[in-house]
Amino acid sequence: MLKIENLHVDVDGTPILKGIDLEVRAGEVHAIMGPNGSGKSTLANVLTGRDGYEVTQGKISYRDRDLFALSTEERAREGIFLAFQYPVEIPGVSNLYLLKAALNSKRKHLGLGELSAVEFLKLIKEKVKLVQMKEEFLHRSVNQGFSGGEKKRNEILQLAVLEPLLAILDETDSGLDIDALKIVAHGVNSLRDAERAIIVVTHYQRLLDYIVPDYVHVLANGRVVKSGDKELALELEKHGYTQLVQSSGEGAARSAGA
Amino acid sequence: MTDPVRQSYVDSHRSVAQRLPGSAQPWLRRVREAGLSRFNNVGFPTLRDEDWKYTDVRVIAKQPFLPVLDPGDGVDGERLRPLSFAGLESHRCVFVNGHYAPHLSALGTLADGIVVDNLATVLNQQPRELEGELGRSAPGELHGFAALNTAYLMDGAYVRLGRNCELELPIELIYVSTGTDDNRRVTYPRNLIIAESGSRAVIVERFVGLGQNRYLTSAITEVIAGPSAHIDYYKLQEESQRAYHVHGLYLEQARDSAVTTNNIALGAAIARTDIQVSLAAPGTCSKLNGLYIGTGKQHIDNHTQVDHRSPHCISDEFYKGVLDGRARAVFHGRVVVHQDAQHTDAQQQNKNLLLSPNAEVDTKPQLEIYADDVKCSHGATVGQLDPDAIFYLRSRALDESTARNLLTYAFANDVINRFALDPIRRAMEGRLVSKLLHGQQLEDLA
Repeated sequence: MLKIENLHVDVDGTPILKGIDLEVRAGEVHAIMGPNGSGKSTLANVLTGRDGYEVTQGKISYRDRDLFALSTEERAREGIFLAFQYPVEIPGVSNLYLLKAALNSKRKHLGLGELSAVEFLKLIKEKVKLVQMKEEFLHRSVNQGFSGGEKKRNEILQLAVLEPLLAILDETDSGLDIDALKIVAHGVNSLRDAERAIIVVTHYQRLLDYIVPDYVHVLANGRVVKSGDKELALELEKHGYTQLVQSSGEGAARSAGA
Repeated sequence: MTDPVRQSYVDSHRSVAQRLPGSAQPWLRRVREAGLSRFNNVGFPTLRDEDWKYTDVRVIAKQPFLPVLDPGDGVDGERLRPLSFAGLESHRCVFVNGHYAPHLSALGTLADGIVVDNLATVLNQQPRELEGELGRSAPGELHGFAALNTAYLMDGAYVRLGRNCELELPIELIYVSTGTDDNRRVTYPRNLIIAESGSRAVIVERFVGLGQNRYLTSAITEVIAGPSAHIDYYKLQEESQRAYHVHGLYLEQARDSAVTTNNIALGAAIARTDIQVSLAAPGTCSKLNGLYIGTGKQHIDNHTQVDHRSPHCISDEFYKGVLDGRARAVFHGRVVVHQDAQHTDAQQQNKNLLLSPNAEVDTKPQLEIYADDVKCSHGATVGQLDPDAIFYLRSRALDESTARNLLTYAFANDVINRFALDPIRRAMEGRLVSKLLHGQQLEDLA
């Protein structure tokens, strides 16, 4: 589904990603871990086409197409979804409106008709239950005045409604208490199936107790320094990143895709 | 050296004075003469005048505009039909080029104690009724445009709500201007609205341009709200795109009265509105909502002044502007809390959204406090659409122009949502779509 080859990315002229290789197939869950500043969020932003990230080398193909040829909105319509690390507040636009506009824009692109008001509401009510949000949140402005945890749950609500093929969770666990973490994980797990791939970007192993990955990659200094299965995350939890980061120079040689 | 344009307004006044309604009344003659002499002294404002620092009216002052002395012609009901707000039933008073047009008006049935009439008729038939009230709430030192309006005052609406009278339907005052092909006409609409104690009404005042002529509207609306009166006032300015529009809205509020002014500016090449509110007795509440949208080379200037003269009064001002193209806006909001006005609660906010690098806004919130036990705040912002918000929406499959339109709409909707009158709110949403969003329909944001 997603194939990243030798990806180099600069931000403001500074190299951040220095040769990433990664392949993600449908049905898989990959965790990308790493210390602060390792380039995790840069990778998430490049995948969704945010401005300010200059790809200097390498390529990414998504479902056999050149990802860089697609605009941010085209990627979204083709099934890529980023749950933001810092969801944006949008005063004056209700949650419900955004969900409807987003879903219909995607459906239109896929040649499906718009949902009727009744069908849409039925769908939304079901998804709201999944993330245990109060329905009143639907009528509030997007993320405005939401707590950190509410914002993250709202991202998962959007994820659940839009049902992407490739979901990228960027530090979705940061700032969540254990109950909220379980709710978020439950929302994500309910989407797991053979058609879908999920990339979980996280600093801590904790989330991976609830969203169990098939593969774990450790990112340091802009490179994948180690890949493995879920045991790798537990190992990191025990020993920390220090050892891996120190040996990241030679680690790059071992950073073959999953 | 005498300014020849100024002189021509004075000379032309001499030749028409006898034909103005109520000209036989000494008191009215004095009111008009005072206006004329004020204009003769001050002329049109210039950039040297602090209150007109950002609004250049030389293009208006360089040649005399001529008064329209005869009732308008050529406007029939068909041309007005598209102006109706869907779902708005009203007591409708239409003026064409400054003169009352009975055939276009529909006053409907009014309860006892309520008068809705045109000023010219009242000045001709019962002039005594207005003595001491016309000009009462206007400021002592009128600027040149307001002085001219007073000198030439001809027609407009006269509304009187008797004690405890409540109007169920809004009163809709529509000033239609066509101008003439010589592009040199001026109209002087003048409204006097008196709400006696305990009365309630919604008033919608509209300025509409038909066609492409250049003309000048110089209007004054005086509102006197008696004790416990409730007035919800809307001004919707949609003059033609080459027109000049200057309007003074002067409000006097008695004890426990509540007045909301909703000031919407969409039209005209140069538009200036002055709103002055005097909170002269305890317990009064005044809300000032404003929305201005400028495109092309429009210049839109709003000046508001709220005088807290008494204790325990509330004022809440919220003005927002959206500017595209090379449009320019001015917001000058002055709140004065006088020495005796303890326990004042005065809030003021002005927020501006610039959609183009060539759009410009000058905002000047000004708070002067002479009392010591008050709650006041004010603030002004000028910004662009948030690139993070645009990216967020695009990452949710909305294309860039939809994202920009949605954010623009949401920005303005914040004020529109404060308009209590449903048909106005809906009409405004439509105006926004056609003026700013290039016709892109967005579904109900609710």
